[in-house]
Amino acid sequence: MSKIIIGRYIPGDSIIYKMDPRGKIIATFLFIVIIFLANNWLSYLFLSIFTLLAVWATKLKPKVFWDGVKPLIWLILFTSVLQLFFTTGGKIYWHWGILNISEYGIQNSIFIFIRFVMIILISTVLTLTTTSLEIADGMEWILKPLGYLKVPVAQIALVMSIALRFVPILLDQAVRIMNAQRARGADFNSGGLIKRIHSIIPILIPLFIGSLTIAIDLATAMEARGYREGAKRTRYRVLKWSKYDWINLGYFTLLTLILLLTRTY
Amino acid sequence: MSIKFKNVDYVYAPGTPFQTQGLSNISFEIKDGSFVAIAGHTGSGKSTLMQHFDGLLLPSKGSITIANQTITVDTPNKVLKEIRKKVGLVFQFPENQLFEETVLKDVMFGSLNFGFSEEKAKEQAIRWIEKVGLPEETMSKSPFELSGGQMRRVAIAGVMAYEPDILCLDEPAAGLDPEGQKQIFDIFKNYQKLGHTVILISHNMDDISKYADDMLVLEQGHMIKHASPKEVFSDADWVKKHYLDEPAPSKLARSLQKVGFHFSSMPLTVESLVEEISKELRAKGGN
Repeated sequence: MSKIIIGRYIPGDSIIYKMDPRGKIIATFLFIVIIFLANNWLSYLFLSIFTLLAVWATKLKPKVFWDGVKPLIWLILFTSVLQLFFTTGGKIYWHWGILNISEYGIQNSIFIFIRFVMIILISTVLTLTTTSLEIADGMEWILKPLGYLKVPVAQIALVMSIALRFVPILLDQAVRIMNAQRARGADFNSGGLIKRIHSIIPILIPLFIGSLTIAIDLATAMEARGYREGAKRTRYRVLKWSKYDWINLGYFTLLTLILLLTRTY
Repeated sequence: MSIKFKNVDYVYAPGTPFQTQGLSNISFEIKDGSFVAIAGHTGSGKSTLMQHFDGLLLPSKGSITIANQTITVDTPNKVLKEIRKKVGLVFQFPENQLFEETVLKDVMFGSLNFGFSEEKAKEQAIRWIEKVGLPEETMSKSPFELSGGQMRRVAIAGVMAYEPDILCLDEPAAGLDPEGQKQIFDIFKNYQKLGHTVILISHNMDDISKYADDMLVLEQGHMIKHASPKEVFSDADWVKKHYLDEPAPSKLARSLQKVGFHFSSMPLTVESLVEEISKELRAKGGN
C-alpha cells in the first residue's frame, strides 16, 4: 500500500513543511521546465547539488526517497541504455550494426539518467511533505484564472479533495473486505488468470456498494450542513504565503539563473 | 479445540515512520468449549488480537497454537487456510462483506471455499439461514434488498454455515435492536452448548457478564486481566481504574448496598439480582 504515490505524506517539521503548497507546486513545475536548460557537465552538477540540498532540507530518511525512485528504476535504466546505444557523435568506441557506443552516447545516457532521478526526487519532496488536501487546495488556487473561462474551478477542486480524502478510506475498506472474504476461505493468490479475476468479484462488489453508500451519505451530510452548488464559500484551511515561500521561489530562481549562465549555447 | 498464545507481539507497518505496536507480549490459554469475552477500549488491540485467531495477521514475535497447528511469523498460506476452516470470524459490520446475487449463494460461499460439496453446502446454508431467524423467502432474494439487521444475519449465517469449531465475533450485535440482540446472542450461546468455542469482542459489559464464562481485558496492546467476569467485576475499584463499565445489575446492587442491602455475592445478571433481592427481602420479614 505504501507504494501508492498519492497520500505518501510523512509528518515532519523541517523548513519544507512550513512552505505553502502553492509555492511548492509552482517550484516543482518550474523545476521540470528548467531541468531542460542543463546541457553540460557543469550545469548538471549544479542541478544535482540544488536537488540534493532540497532533499536534505526535508530532514527525512534517504530511504523514503529511494522508495520513490525504486519503482521507476528499470524504466530509467532502459531509457538510458537506449540513449547509450543509439546516440552517435564524438568518438566511437564500439560499433555493431545500428548499435554503437559513442562519446555523446555515454554523456547523453548519463544526463538522461540524472534528469529522470532529479525530477522524481523533487516531486517526491513535494508529495512527502505536502498532504493531498494541501495539494488540492494549492491546485485550486493555481487553476483559479480558468474561472474566467467559466470552468467550475471550485467544484473541480472539491471533487479532487473529496476523491483524495477517500483514497485511504477506500483502501482501508478494501483491506477489511479482503480479510473478511479470506476468513470465509477465499484465496486471492492462487490459481490461473481466470480464477484470479473471478476471485476479485467478492472484493469489488462490496467495495463498489460501500463507496456508493459513502458518497450518498456524504452528499446528504454536506447538504444538511448548508452546502449549495455555486454558493460562495469561505475556507477552513487558509493558505498563507510566508517568508519560507520567498526562500523557496528564490532558491529555484537562483538555480534558473545559474543554469542559464553555465549551459552551452 | 484450545487456543494458546505464547509471548505474542504484533507490530503494524514495521520499519516505516508509521510503525506502531499493536500487541505486546500476550500469553494466555483458552479452554475448549468456553465462551470468552475480550474487552477493552477502542484501540486497545481487541480487533488486532481477533485477526490472529484466524491467521489474517501473523504474530511478529511469539507463537499461537490453534487446532493443533502452530502459527508463527512464517506459517505458509496452506496451513492458514486449514485453520480458517476451523475458526470462523465475523467481522464488525459483517454486512459489508455480502456480494452474491442471492442470500443462499452468499451463505454457501464459505462452505464451498472450504471444500464442502454443493449439496452439503446448500443444506448447511438453508439450516443456518433458518437458525439465525431469517424467513424462508429471503433465501432467493438479493442480500442488498434486505434491511440492515437482516443483512447482518445473512453475514453471520455465512460464517456459521461451515460450522467452525471456534467462532470469533467482533461486536456482532452493534446497531441491532434489543430484541434482535438477544436473539442473536442466544444463537451464539446455543452454539457454545453444542461444544464449540465462542470468542466475543464487546464493549457491552452486560452482554459479557450474561454470556461469557471467561474474560480477557486489553489495554494499549497489553493483556491486563484474564479471569472470569465474576472475578473481574467483583473488584469494583479495579474496574473503575481501567475505565471499564460495570454491568447494570452490579451497579444497581452496589447502590442498594449503600442503603443497607446485603449481597452474598455481587450479582452480574438481572436474574441473579432479582434472586438476591428477594432473598434479602424474605430475610427481612417475609412480606
